[in-house]
Amino acid sequence: MKADPAGVLTGRHYLDGNHACCEGALAAGCRFAAGYPITPSTEVVERIARRFPHVGGVFIQMEDEVASSITLQGAVWTGKKAMTVTSGPGLSLMMEHVGLAAMMETPCVFVDVQRGGPSTGLPTLPGQADMMQVRWGSHGDYEIIALCPASPQECFDMTIDAFNLAETYRVPVFFMMDECVGHMTERVDIPPADQIEVVARRYTTKPPGEYLPYEVGENMVPDMTKAGDGHRFHVTGLTHDERGYPVISAAAQEQNVTRIVDKIRKQANKIIRYEEDQVDGADVVLVSYGITYRVAQRGIEMARAKGVKVGSFRLVVAWPFPEDRIRELAGKTKALVMPEMNLGQMYFEMERCARGQCRTVLLPHAGGTVHNPEVIYRAIMEAAQ
Amino acid sequence: MTQQASNETHTNPVLPFLREDRMPHIWCPGCGIGTTVNCFARALTESALDLDNVVIVSGIGCTGRVAGYVKLDSFHTTHGRGIAFATGVKLGNPNLKVVVYSGDGDLMAIGGNHFIHAARRNMDITVICVNNLTYAMTGGQVGPTTPEPAVATTAPYGAFEHPFNLPFLADSCGAVYVARWTAYHVRQTAKAMKEALLKKGFSFIEIIAPCPTLYQRRNKLGDGLAAMQYYKESSVVKTGADTRDVGIGFQSEIVCGKFVDRERPTWLEGYNNRNTTAIGARYRPYPWQD
Repeated sequence: MKADPAGVLTGRHYLDGNHACCEGALAAGCRFAAGYPITPSTEVVERIARRFPHVGGVFIQMEDEVASSITLQGAVWTGKKAMTVTSGPGLSLMMEHVGLAAMMETPCVFVDVQRGGPSTGLPTLPGQADMMQVRWGSHGDYEIIALCPASPQECFDMTIDAFNLAETYRVPVFFMMDECVGHMTERVDIPPADQIEVVARRYTTKPPGEYLPYEVGENMVPDMTKAGDGHRFHVTGLTHDERGYPVISAAAQEQNVTRIVDKIRKQANKIIRYEEDQVDGADVVLVSYGITYRVAQRGIEMARAKGVKVGSFRLVVAWPFPEDRIRELAGKTKALVMPEMNLGQMYFEMERCARGQCRTVLLPHAGGTVHNPEVIYRAIMEAAQ
Repeated sequence: MTQQASNETHTNPVLPFLREDRMPHIWCPGCGIGTTVNCFARALTESALDLDNVVIVSGIGCTGRVAGYVKLDSFHTTHGRGIAFATGVKLGNPNLKVVVYSGDGDLMAIGGNHFIHAARRNMDITVICVNNLTYAMTGGQVGPTTPEPAVATTAPYGAFEHPFNLPFLADSCGAVYVARWTAYHVRQTAKAMKEALLKKGFSFIEIIAPCPTLYQRRNKLGDGLAAMQYYKESSVVKTGADTRDVGIGFQSEIVCGKFVDRERPTWLEGYNNRNTTAIGARYRPYPWQD
């Protein structure tokens, strides 16, 4: 379906990533948000608080991130598209309800404007150090989707993608911004509503009495319902059967948890997104994501100017990870080089997928500022030897 | 009883409110939670609410299992977060009647922050707290309402922390309806639940209920029946009592009654009023009626 024009601010704008993310959510049909202020993400909810009353939406500032991350899920189960916005310390508090969303299969979006960590870390300065936390931070086995925008335009476009993916697969989707992308201001073109594709929630067509909340539907994803529709359904964070009833047994666990994992793992190729530039015949492939992808382009240009064959591989979707493609590239190049604004997170996933076929090089950065392109250039030159 | 009447088949009046396919329940003999569910079923009947529009949310614990047994749209959420989830349900669809049904440990320890803020905001939900004075699901640990010096597995020499006075807490945070009864007071409990369901704003009911398996037995207080005798003998009804004076000690007097019944704008009324004032006629009150 097309976007509701009420939420689409069609036109050419000059926005920072945080504001663009808010507009993307509005265009995607998000009409409920719960949040708690945290630097460097706060501008997103500030704009939401200002904009939502004009489009029939509700924003509530909750008492903490533990609350925001579950309040939004309550709203989803009444039919709303909903999100919350945070940064590392808040994300840590939300992990409880990432697990709940995975288990109840609640479609929802978590925006994480990353800063330096651990703990309070660097509130006002960038990091990319939450990449593993969003993948593994809640206990138990589950899968999520994570997107990495690199510009304010992408903060708009890809927030819509985040909502669409959440609805399609009924998982929590993480929008992995960082302080740089959140606070950089660039041109953002917002198209007319009729040019924006929005995925509608897939509701059951079964009458009350016949609907089973976790009966597997299309794409291994159950059809949803909402409170007040007369189904008198039950859902729980406990391991459950198709009826949504708790079943505390190994057999139920096998069925329940395997499916919520497999619906992503077995359909990963439909979700994975990456961008490649000159990777064919490259001696070195520079793998990057988010703001670091943009910084890396300068290092790549410098190396190419010296005649080195450098390819660029950008993770647009970080989770699920493009395992097959990285393995292929590792078989065709001398080295995979990954700069990231942490001391090694996605790098180790890349290294695992490369399976020893080529050199893998980590360019770590503890955060606080972006990489110096010079450092990336030198790493490429060294790897090309 | 006439001969004719004895031949009739009677359905348990609570049965239509229960998920029969989930019976038997997990509660112990003598537990007070089931009694409160009977009261809740009666309150739902008497309130004449459309049950398709009533949502029940629970946290974790013995009382947290209520949501799984009641035949309503029902959510069994995370420990202590039922109120936060319910806030999303209420604001997502303000036409729904939202009830949070959970225990003292869930609502008042791990969930305490959500409780006080929902009361402060006057979120339009009903919170029913079955207070059995202990963490029962995990085996009888000391909790925020355990009176001194009751024994619990994690207070083997007796509780020594000062327990919460729940009506006072709810009152001071802004709840518009506050009542306390015991599992002995079934009619009063059902009546209070009905009043709370029909009250606009944050309504709170505490029901003191026995945990015979863990609290009663460990403290040598007898079984569920002994608890009923204690409630009967030691309860004092003081409608309108000052909530500062209704704290509960070990086997002490239990002050029961409706303590608070007042009017305050709900969160959503505040949201709509403020936005109308600030934005003017362009503002369409939420939820939008198309």
